Amino acid sequence: MKIKLDRTICDGFGTCAARAPALFSLDEWGYASLARGLSAETDLPRELEQAARRALLDCPVHAITERTQAR
Amino acid sequence: MPTLTTGAHPAARPRLLRDQAGREDRAAYEATGGYRPGLAGTDLIDAVAASGLRGRGGGAFPAARKLAAVASQDGEKVVVVNGEEGEPASVKDRWLLRTRPHLVIDGALRAAQAVGARTVYFYASDAAAVASLEAALAELGSVPADLRVHPVEACYVAGEETAAVNAINGRPAKPSEKPPRPFEAGVGGLPTLVANTETIAALPGIGRGATGQGLSFLLTLGGAVPRPGLYEVPFGIRLGEATEILGGLAGPARGYVMGGYFAGLLNPRGHDLLLDHDALRAEGSGLGCGAVTVLGADDCPVGVATLLLAYFGRQNAGQCGSCFNGTAAMAAVATALARGQAGAAEIARLAHWSGFLPGRGACATLDGAAGVTATLLREFPAEVDAHQRDACPHCAATDFLATSSPFALTPDSITPPVEA
Repeated sequence: MKIKLDRTICDGFGTCAARAPALFSLDEWGYASLARGLSAETDLPRELEQAARRALLDCPVHAITERTQAR
Repeated sequence: MPTLTTGAHPAARPRLLRDQAGREDRAAYEATGGYRPGLAGTDLIDAVAASGLRGRGGGAFPAARKLAAVASQDGEKVVVVNGEEGEPASVKDRWLLRTRPHLVIDGALRAAQAVGARTVYFYASDAAAVASLEAALAELGSVPADLRVHPVEACYVAGEETAAVNAINGRPAKPSEKPPRPFEAGVGGLPTLVANTETIAALPGIGRGATGQGLSFLLTLGGAVPRPGLYEVPFGIRLGEATEILGGLAGPARGYVMGGYFAGLLNPRGHDLLLDHDALRAEGSGLGCGAVTVLGADDCPVGVATLLLAYFGRQNAGQCGSCFNGTAAMAAVATALARGQAGAAEIARLAHWSGFLPGRGACATLDGAAGVTATLLREFPAEVDAHQRDACPHCAATDFLATSSPFALTPDSITPPVEA
């Protein structure tokens, strides 16, 4: 599973970091990026996929997507 | 705005600058060998690779790899010639489009052939550049591609490659999150080569088998120099040698602003550094788009950094929270420092942001702003420290909010070329 966080959409709710703290890092204003060392090209470890899905589904602005093919 | 000069370093055989004033029309360009058939397809891409040409928009990505990445995609492709020169201290792309539109069009046709594109967009905000391109296309006659000029409103982020794609696709000229990159999905969703104007301008020479096309670049030299201008210089010469040969300095350099605004500040040690992407990167700086501003006796590095951070605070796309908050926060704290109202805690916050914020935006604007902060702290620690205690007369005389684009240049006032 690969995920993409679109930071042009993120509104800083912070839900992702609550659901999957290993995958997301927040700045001091609450805006998210993928945690250091991760990118949209990273194949997530299987044990983190459940948390990633929770973060994806619970993001109020749908800034997180699962990557399929080129997107 | 100062009057600009053009000229070539004696060691550079000029391939981009012309030794005649005024705009080069089709006949004049063809008289120098322009539009003649040359290397094509993978032969051209191989020759680009052999030339060492790297993207001249600032990223310095190997040009042949970008061409090959688009060429290897299936189906129809698009080429975008990026003439939206967002860096205010740089004039090279506007100058090329205004003065040598046929060189750029010739390069674009060769790029389109090499990657398999039928459509080429020339993307620019400068009205004189757009007019020059339109006049050149009217002179052109029949060519094997659909050539279109796409004007855009000028702003710092409009030249970013996904902003260019978005603008042509009818959306605001603002960057997108990656992936996909334009080579995967760009204009109309098609694989798209977005290439800087100066990069494209190197292709006719490479296509005709000329050597040395990747060995020189256009340097926009501004700031405290008696002859600011646009110069063609070889990669790898010392910055100090370039300034000496190109008219000298107005006085001892207090420092430099590198790569437009993007690569931040250098202290006077910049005099001895090489104008080379990798050499400058190894020193924590960068060549970027090739614009260098020399700081003089009246430029305080803290004040200059504050002007640049205020610019990034205003000119970011307003999309990514880490960027619009981070640039505003750094600009505010830098302004406090310049005004003698910051102490160790504020300087520690600047240091934290300069390390934490890079990579937290969809484009590189936040990286540039964080780099300005990082280079101020690294290159000018004594000046930063002194601003905690002593009022700075230069900063006191600066209105940080009123200066819209510090050290901005335009090609409006370029004088006829002279011998450098």
